[in-house]
Order: sequence, then C-alpha cells, then structure tokens
Amino acid sequence: MDAFGSLLDGFGTALTPMSLLWAAIGVLLGTAIGVLPGIGPAMAVALLLPVTYGLDPTGAFIMFAGIYYGAMFGGSTTSILLNTPGESAAVVAAMEGHPMATSGRGAQALAAAAIGHFTGGMIGTLLLVALAPTIADLAVDFGAPDFFAIMVLAFIAVTSVLGASRIRGLASLLIGLAIGLVGLDQMTGQQRLTFGSLQLADGIDVVVVAVGLFAIGEALWVAAHLRRTTAEAIPVGRPWLGRADLRRTWKPWLRGPLIGFPFGAVPAGGAEIPTFLSYVTEKRLSKHPDEWGRGAIEGVAGPESAASASAAGTLGTMLTLGLPTTAVAAVMLAAFQQYGIQPGPLLFQHEPDLVWGLIASLFIGMVLLLALNLPLAPLWARLLRIPRQYLYAGILFFAAVGAYAVGGEVIDLVILLVIGLVGFGMRRYGLPVLPAVIGVILGPNAEQQLRRALQISDGSLSGLVSTPFAVTVYVIILLIVLWPLLRRLPLPRRRTG
Amino acid sequence: MSARLSRRDQRPARSSRDRRFTSELGVSAVLLAIGVLVLTDALTMDVEIAQRGPVGPRTVPIAVGAGLLAVAALLAVDVLRGGRGAAEEGEDVDLSEPADWRTVLMLVGVFLGTAVLIEPLGFPAAGALLFWGAAYALGSRRFDRDPLIAATLSLVTYVVFNNLLGVPLPGGPLMGAL
Repeated sequence: MDAFGSLLDGFGTALTPMSLLWAAIGVLLGTAIGVLPGIGPAMAVALLLPVTYGLDPTGAFIMFAGIYYGAMFGGSTTSILLNTPGESAAVVAAMEGHPMATSGRGAQALAAAAIGHFTGGMIGTLLLVALAPTIADLAVDFGAPDFFAIMVLAFIAVTSVLGASRIRGLASLLIGLAIGLVGLDQMTGQQRLTFGSLQLADGIDVVVVAVGLFAIGEALWVAAHLRRTTAEAIPVGRPWLGRADLRRTWKPWLRGPLIGFPFGAVPAGGAEIPTFLSYVTEKRLSKHPDEWGRGAIEGVAGPESAASASAAGTLGTMLTLGLPTTAVAAVMLAAFQQYGIQPGPLLFQHEPDLVWGLIASLFIGMVLLLALNLPLAPLWARLLRIPRQYLYAGILFFAAVGAYAVGGEVIDLVILLVIGLVGFGMRRYGLPVLPAVIGVILGPNAEQQLRRALQISDGSLSGLVSTPFAVTVYVIILLIVLWPLLRRLPLPRRRTG
Repeated sequence: MSARLSRRDQRPARSSRDRRFTSELGVSAVLLAIGVLVLTDALTMDVEIAQRGPVGPRTVPIAVGAGLLAVAALLAVDVLRGGRGAAEEGEDVDLSEPADWRTVLMLVGVFLGTAVLIEPLGFPAAGALLFWGAAYALGSRRFDRDPLIAATLSLVTYVVFNNLLGVPLPGGPLMGAL
C-alpha cells in the first residue's frame, strides 16, 4: 500500500511552521484542559469551534487533534496527584496511580502514564495509518442504505451501550433529533419547526447546540453544586522510571493499544471500557498480585496506553466512515460540517492533504506531549490552584464568544442559554448529553440518506437492506438492542434518594 | 421553572422524596410537550411543494414526534416503577448539598444582561462584565483583581478574534474611542 508514501507527504504538510504552531497550541491547550477539572476535550473543542470561521481546515484539525491527545496526557496527571480524574478516560489511572503517589512513588506513576500515552498513541496512530486507507477503500462503494445503517448503529450504540438508563439515553437522542429538524428541509425547502421565524429557518447552528449542551449546561450544573473545599494535589518531583519499573511496564505499554484501538474504533464509549479492560488484564497477568490496590505500576502503564490508542481508533472511524464514537469526535465532525467537508470514505481521495497532514501531525503532537509532560508534570499540577470562580466564569465567557461569532446575532446568545438550560436539566435528571449531540449532528444527514435510499427503491423498505453490509449492521443493532433481554436483565437503572 | 424549584428546595427535607418524584415526572411532561409540538408541526405542514421521492419532509418529523411521545410514556412508567435518573457527578460537583439556585439564577441573569449589552456597549465591555459578573455570582469577591482579569481577558479575546482570526466582533464606543 502507498499509505506510508501518503504519510510522508503528510509530514510535508505537518512540518510547516504554521502547522507546527497549531500542533503546539493544541497540545498545550489539551494538556491544560486535561489537568483542569470540569473542562473536558469535547467542551474545549466545542468552545474553539468559532476558530473554524477564521482558520484553514488543516490548521484547525491539527489543533483539535492535539487537544484530544493532550487531554489524555493531562487527565492522568490529575488522577494520580489528586485522585479526581480530570477526564472520564482517566478514571482508571487513579486506581493504582493515586496510591503510588501517596506512598511517595508519584514521579514513577506520572512517568508510567506519560510514556504509556506516548507508546499507546504512537502504536494506535500507526494502526490508523495501516488500516484507515483500507477501510476507506472498502467503504468507497457505500451507498445511501449503508450510510443510513451506520448512522442508526451510532444512534442505538450511543443510547444503549453508554449510561445507566436506556430510556433516558433514548430521550436525549430524540431531543437532539428534534433540534436537528429545525430549519428548512434540505431536499424540499419546506419549513420545519420554524414557527414563521426567519432566524429559525436557518436552523440552529451545531456550534450553538454543542457549546450550549457541553459548556453552558456544565457550567450551570457545577455552579449549582460547586464543591466548597478543593483537594490539595500531592507534590511530586520530576517523573522518572528506574530499571526495575521499566521491566514491569514495557509489556503493559505494548498490550494497551491492542485493547484500546479496537474499542476506540467502535461506538462503545471511547476510552472508558478499554482502560478498564486493560486494568483487569494487567491485574491478571501481574507477577505482583499483592501490590494491586496499593499502587501497582502496571495498573497505570497499561490503561493509559490503551486510552491514547483508543483516541487513534476513534479518529480512524470518524475519518473513514464519518461516524463519531465519542463526544470529541462528534464535535470534530461538527467542525468538518462547518467547513462543508463530509468525512467518510471519499475524504481520503478529496482531501488527502488535510487527512494525511492531520495524521502526520498526530505523531509530532505525541513527541511534543512527551517532551511537555515528562519533565513538566509538576508544573502542570499547579494549574489545579486556579480559582474555580475564574474557571467557570471563563467557560461562560468563551461560550458566549463562540455563539456570538457564529453570525453576530444576539438571538444566538439567547438560544445558547436555552439549550444550556436544557443541558442543565439533562444533568440533573440523568439524561446523558452525548446522544443529543450525536442526534443534532447526524440527524439531518441520516434523514437525507434514508430518503435517498428509499428514493432508489421507490419507497419500498427493502431498499434499506439492499446491501450485505447494511444487513450486517442491522444484525449488530439487533444484537445490541436484545442484549439485556438475552442477559435476562430488566431495564438497567440507578436508584437515588 | 427555576424559581419554582428554588422555593421547593428550601422546604424541609422530609418531603424530599415526593418532590424528586414529581420533578422526575416533569421530564416526562417536557418530552411529551416537545413530542406534541413536533407532531403538530409535521401534521399541519403544507406539503404541496414538489415532493421528491416517496418520503417527504413530514415522515421523519412524524417518526421523531411519535418517538418522543413513546419515550415520555415509557419514562413515566419507569419513574412510577421506582426508576430515578442519576444526577451527573463531576470533580467540582458536590451532590451532598442541596442545589444552589441563587447562583444559577444570577448566572442566567448575567448572561442575559450580556446578550442585551453586547451591541450597545461592544464586545470588550460586555464580555468583561460577563466574566466579572459570573465570577461574582460564583462567589469571587476580589474587587482589586477580578475586574482587571475580566478586562484583560475580554480585550485579548476581542483582538484575537477580530484582528487575528478575522471573526468580526462589535467593538462598541470603547474601541471607537481608542
């Protein structure tokens, strides 16, 4: 395959001064966001969507990818030193990493995590280079029925696999689909849910929805329950690893990506499941079973490597199929839409400079991140002292900038606030936010594919299952839907109060 | 809705279970309302305009609206059977304390104020007021530091967006004077 030739061309794009600058900004912002509690990579990319109005796509995506990877690195720092994960992907890092830090081995834990992210990210991105063009080639003949099936899979997976309650996930998805309906019908120009308003006829901008749900909703929710006491981070020195630790960590580093990459690529919730699986695997394989729970370094090395590799898998699915499997990928997909670029199999043919420049920049970003995080981790930990009032005031500030920059309309600020209040309500009542965002972003596209597929088959529903691929996808969907019945479980739910 | 909940939250804790119960059913009601809205809009749609293909602009809205009604009903059943949505947790979130509605209302007020002021005052001034106001609502009382940070942040953001990225933001009288 000429994938590696294309990758070399990509390095040509990624090594220009401007691309390097965006990569550096991305990884710096990403690490900061990863370290800071309350603000995750999805919110950060959403808040930065307005830069798409002024920046070329290559620079913007290089920066976004840097944020995604950087947040993985930074998230484990908070987990290890504070025992409160900065990101959901870093929950597992706290399980062994924090006991290590409390027993004076924080430096080793940070090093095991940082090198784990580096190894996992590198191997994951190499897998991406090797597999993505093949998948894109296979998918290049995809028609409307195939795309519609994939999108239905995304809808079902995001509501069923994630979260505690399927019914609440479904409610969230339908809210998103309803928001996506507002505006002119793409095929006939028919007004839908506009109530005669000219502003609503343009539809509700995806930027406003993403920023409202992720940023305003989160800031208001935290404001209502702001923790008055903040934990103090454990002070550590420069991360390093001795020979004995290296002997224990190199295998988990290499095993992590094998678990992380495939889970990142399928719609199964991003890094949470693979990091946990890696943790369990390493625990089973460990030669030091007595240390687990009290600070086993394998329990940091493996999961962190898996986390970064899952990010590569997520990017692979998004670039080749246009299918977002995590919140960050969903927001990046929204960014593609802002540029009028449709990610999917044809992306590799239509935008080779962008795709390969982006992939090449991932390698550069990883090197930058290792250099930034290994010696400077104690410095990053100081970010935790930022007053929470400023943090959440800043989130509201940048959310307002983002929504206003969409079109310079005051009404967008009001819509932003309303969607933010919806996001607040969803957090209070346990409705996951991600299905709504996926619904808004994929909904209009899914409708178009559905109508195209049915146009070809002249209205017959058999047009939706006219290809072997679509049939396979529907079988997978059926399995996901029936899974709880197969396991003889009632509707899963959590009880409170 | 927020004001109503605020008064409720200050009542003694003994009715906490009933309150939670009714407000959970409120989610169902909201879904029902959106569903009815989407369905009404779809059914009253005038589809004289050339419909291309067998599936017109009404089909998907009808499906979404019907789905919302079904989910509203299923959620109500789930709540009546004892199901509760788990409030989202987070690093800075302390769920053991009752919700602080005053702060939320103040933030909403500050945000709406910004929306009103952004055009007459311009972005740098309105943005600074937003940051300062939000920080104040969240409990920051550093009158020496807060306005300074707010002004700097707002001005730098304005310059970055307006001059570097080419995303126009209104400068207002302040930038006109400078």
